Amino acid sequence: MSRAGLLLCQLLVAVVALALWQLLATVPIFGRLLLPPFFFSNPVDVGSQIVDWFARGVIWKHLLITLWESILAFTIGSLAGVMVGFWFARQPRVAAVFDPYVKMANALPRVVLAPIFTLWLGLGIWSKVALGVTLVFFIVFFNVYQGVKEVSPTVLANGRMLGMSERQLMRHVYWPSALSWMFSSLHTSVGFAVVGAVVGEYLGSAAGLGYLIQQAEGVFDVAGVFAGMFVLSAFVILIDLAVTKVERRLLVWRPDVVDDRN
Amino acid sequence: MQAGETAGSTAVALDHATVAFRLADGRVYTAVEQARLRIEHGEFVAIVGPTGCGKSTLLNVAAGLLRPASGTVRIFDSPLIGLNREAGYLFQADALFPWKTAIDNVAIGLEVKGAPRAHALERAQGWLTSVGLGAFGNRYPHMLSGGQRKRVGLAQVLIRDPKILLMDEPFGPLDAQTRQIMGNLLLELWNADRKAVLFVTHDLEEAIALADRVVIMSAGPGARIIGDWRVPLPRPRDISEVRMEKEFHALHREIWSVLKDEVMKGYAQSSQAVAEAV
Repeated sequence: MSRAGLLLCQLLVAVVALALWQLLATVPIFGRLLLPPFFFSNPVDVGSQIVDWFARGVIWKHLLITLWESILAFTIGSLAGVMVGFWFARQPRVAAVFDPYVKMANALPRVVLAPIFTLWLGLGIWSKVALGVTLVFFIVFFNVYQGVKEVSPTVLANGRMLGMSERQLMRHVYWPSALSWMFSSLHTSVGFAVVGAVVGEYLGSAAGLGYLIQQAEGVFDVAGVFAGMFVLSAFVILIDLAVTKVERRLLVWRPDVVDDRN
Repeated sequence: MQAGETAGSTAVALDHATVAFRLADGRVYTAVEQARLRIEHGEFVAIVGPTGCGKSTLLNVAAGLLRPASGTVRIFDSPLIGLNREAGYLFQADALFPWKTAIDNVAIGLEVKGAPRAHALERAQGWLTSVGLGAFGNRYPHMLSGGQRKRVGLAQVLIRDPKILLMDEPFGPLDAQTRQIMGNLLLELWNADRKAVLFVTHDLEEAIALADRVVIMSAGPGARIIGDWRVPLPRPRDISEVRMEKEFHALHREIWSVLKDEVMKGYAQSSQAVAEAV
């Protein structure tokens, strides 16, 4: 299929879905609406809600807050994950001691931590950042740990034979290997940073996309809920595009990344 | 003989070197037993033996990557402690840093020693040119063919100007034509300053074509050095032409008569091991 043809088909799916939604929500069939507006709203209302948000400019504040929370969660979680991952991989004894606790902490559904973080850090952005950090940390941690452990023994021996000291091995062998594993999980960890932020907002906050959706839900404004969901999807897709760009730059040396994405 | 060289200086001397490994089930496997091997300065020595006979093990001992269970290793008449700092090692498997471009892979050998980056890059470009990859500096290893990667590996090792060159079936994974080209390239580079070379291969023809001396190992376990032949062919040589010479054939026949039994033994052992495993 050509590019244009593909795009056309993709658009067609959206148009048909929206048209069906609009039809079933407004035109009665056998005397009743299949999608009652109270529960399903309709695309026109949802669209006008979105236009209204952007026209009045109220949405920007919420978008910015969610974005800021996601960035902070990603940065702090990644830094901590890289450091602890490196430390554990280079000190197998430390890793062995902490192993059951790491597994335990990772097994915990992170949502239950949200109330505790709100209690500790208040309703501001930091409780959301903390929730995102707990999600991002483990992904980055496991990947960096794996990356350091799975350095090719031949490459390592080559580094040694080329006269590298432990510090130089760290810089030229372990570090790039660990980073490549971390970057290969970039999509997942960035995604989880957003999830942490939005879920945190949803469970208790004064601003952000999650807050917006929660507020609309609180007053049974279904159009508002759907509008919030669409804005959130678009937001995540934009971030994902940016991540893909960054990834391609950082992993040029890897054959698979470039190949399986086109 | 080159200037500055003291006559008879021995680059690598293994005496009664025995290498053993502890297997997962607790048994001790003796890979190499009582090996005695000398490589003089400027000498090109090839080790040939059946698969799994411990050729690479011997090389790793000379590199300092493995410690012998008993016996001594001396490098230029001083005992080897830790890694062999005089040696460059060309591995059989891909050993380039995949996250560095070709030129960075070559330059790193100097950068490790503390050379300024600009200087290292300049020298690296020179080495890439002499292995025929002057225009490929910006490529990452995965963008190069197997033969090109070996060339980069060769440049990476040689830029450090090691006194000893250890090579573990470096051209093993390459196709026959590329092997010949690489062999000639190696001889050409070696001819410029005649380092001591220890070259491991399972290919007897390659060994005779390249080396001054061919050393034969018996089948493992407990492999020993069972033969040592001097190659009387004149230098400089061309790998593909030298194979036509009468002396080449005579020597090949002579060495093969010894090697053949060991190859058969090695083959029988490995098929027996497979049968046991099944």
